[in-house]
Amino acid sequence: MQQDLEVERLSKRYDAHVAVDALSFAVARGSFFSILGPSGCGKTTLLRLIAGFVAPDDGDVRIGGASMRGVAPNRRPASMVFQQLALFPMMSVGDNVGYGLARRGVARQEIRTRVSRMLARVGLPGAEGRRIDALSGGQKQRVAIARSLVLEPTLLLLDEPLGALDLKLREHMKIELKQLQAEIGTTFVYITHDQSEALVLSDRVAVMKAGRFEQVGTPQELYYRPRTPFVAGFVGANNRLAGRAARIDGTAVEVAAAGGLAIRAQASGKVAAGDAVEAYVRPEAIALARDAHALPAAAQRLAGHVASLLFDGANSAVLVREERSGAEIRIALPQTGLLADLAVGAPVAFGFDAERAVCFRVADDDR
Amino acid sequence: MMTADAPAVLAAPRGRLALWLLLAPALTWLVGLIVLPHVDLALLSLRARVAPRVYEWSFQQYRTFLEEPLYWRTFVRTATMAILATACTLAIAFPVAWHIAKVARGRSKSVLFILCLVPFWVSETVRTLGWMILLRESGVLPRLLADLGFTAAPVELLYHDATILVGLVYTSLLFMVVPLVNALESLDDALIEAAYNLGGGTVSILRDIVLPHAAPGIAAGSIVVFMLTLGNYLTPTLLGGKNSLWFTEQIYAQFITRFNWEQGAAFGFLLLALSTAIVWAGLRLTGQRLGDVMRRP
Repeated sequence: MQQDLEVERLSKRYDAHVAVDALSFAVARGSFFSILGPSGCGKTTLLRLIAGFVAPDDGDVRIGGASMRGVAPNRRPASMVFQQLALFPMMSVGDNVGYGLARRGVARQEIRTRVSRMLARVGLPGAEGRRIDALSGGQKQRVAIARSLVLEPTLLLLDEPLGALDLKLREHMKIELKQLQAEIGTTFVYITHDQSEALVLSDRVAVMKAGRFEQVGTPQELYYRPRTPFVAGFVGANNRLAGRAARIDGTAVEVAAAGGLAIRAQASGKVAAGDAVEAYVRPEAIALARDAHALPAAAQRLAGHVASLLFDGANSAVLVREERSGAEIRIALPQTGLLADLAVGAPVAFGFDAERAVCFRVADDDR
Repeated sequence: MMTADAPAVLAAPRGRLALWLLLAPALTWLVGLIVLPHVDLALLSLRARVAPRVYEWSFQQYRTFLEEPLYWRTFVRTATMAILATACTLAIAFPVAWHIAKVARGRSKSVLFILCLVPFWVSETVRTLGWMILLRESGVLPRLLADLGFTAAPVELLYHDATILVGLVYTSLLFMVVPLVNALESLDDALIEAAYNLGGGTVSILRDIVLPHAAPGIAAGSIVVFMLTLGNYLTPTLLGGKNSLWFTEQIYAQFITRFNWEQGAAFGFLLLALSTAIVWAGLRLTGQRLGDVMRRP
């Protein structure tokens, strides 16, 4: 498959701080690639390295197969949508969108046609004459994307462009952005700290931490088969149980957690008996019932009391305190209505399939 | 009912009095020092002496200005030089302001700003005399040029138009740098990066992004510098000598040397009209409004 972006052993350090640490990855043509990480993980530096605003200490970036070494940002076939959008307030919407075309020496009539076609495509037909400060947040968003896309770049770089929007609009723009990308087929590289944005939008996601990729994969892979404790904890909600590997049987591990809690989980990577481990189990992977008989047969069974109810519509959950260890475990509330009248303090039974819990050996530098 | 209303009734005149008292210093300044003298000058400029102590209404003073080539040539020359000095000041101040606003960081920023301010700790007279020490025939610079072999003998660098311009630009620099720094600091770096990312080069970014953003600052600085330059008396007189032909010198000569207050008043009004007209034309040409310019200097 054709790769639109290839990054090879790219490095950038600021004094003692390593922002990007010998990263290599490739993004396939026409795909939506997200880089997900907490603030300070180096994702913005990585994007600026690709755009050419920052010079790498080492390594190379290839866009559309051509090396970008020594190529200035204004000569790279990559357009960027900035975090604060950076629309030019001194120009009309039409001039903003046409700015890049005019710099390329495209004829005025041609610019007008292409700008109006692009504006129509992002749902703002006829907005050429409007002022930037007369637009709403979502409209500015669309103009910023149109301004970059009208140049038909090989690569569109997006630096948390939805960060400045309020929640409702963000949800809406997420869907719009995904549809737009599918329609035009440009390769998108999107950086965000919002795991929901990354999961919803992307074909592939890279989870970044301290200048390195922890894991690169489809949203489903990251969610269901995290390869490191960081990915398990960062992507989606998760219950973390620290303990020691008591017994190993193939990939199945019996974890002895604090307070005498014993659970079974699947090992990810190498785990030996006696290792310090962390087990992760997702709230929705845990079955909840009023008594143990109602739980699925395969589940390991535990008991506890409801510590608090976290009502959030479809995302409602309960915090259950496990009987023996006192560990607090978040369990998704089934939407069937059977447990709708659950009250704080009520005794409950819960359990999960060992296949759906994952367990990692804790490396010394992770803690 | 009556008692409830009483404080409001009392408060109204008292509030108005307080307002007048607060406005008093500004009004005294405005009426006493600007409006009244100008009304008097206007009346003065519109009369002619027909006999000792006998005056009558006349446009004689303004007619003299038009009929005497020396006067209106000096007038045009002063305006041209002032515009030239403003343009030179802008050309020199812009890179300085850009560096202070966008390149320098932290300490070096304040040091650079203070460096611009330092010359103003010295009085204008002393500063101008400093230039004379540097530039006169027996001064530092001509001697240096002669010693280095650039000129056969020391040359007189004073009393040229260029010397006047140098002096005027030097005096005005700070008044251009400050509004420009303010204007450029408020320019978001992301806009420059975005333009660069979209294929813009240095020229396009300067023309399409930086200058439109800085335009009110440029206009504010230019207006201040132009007015200071046009009304400057000391610098052209000292650096240009007898040949400086600056219009303020004509005004001074009419009032003090010739004791012709009527003519001097007419010249004063012509200068006022000139600066108003040029500032108006400048704003018109760059498509700006005075209110916007003064709101964000």
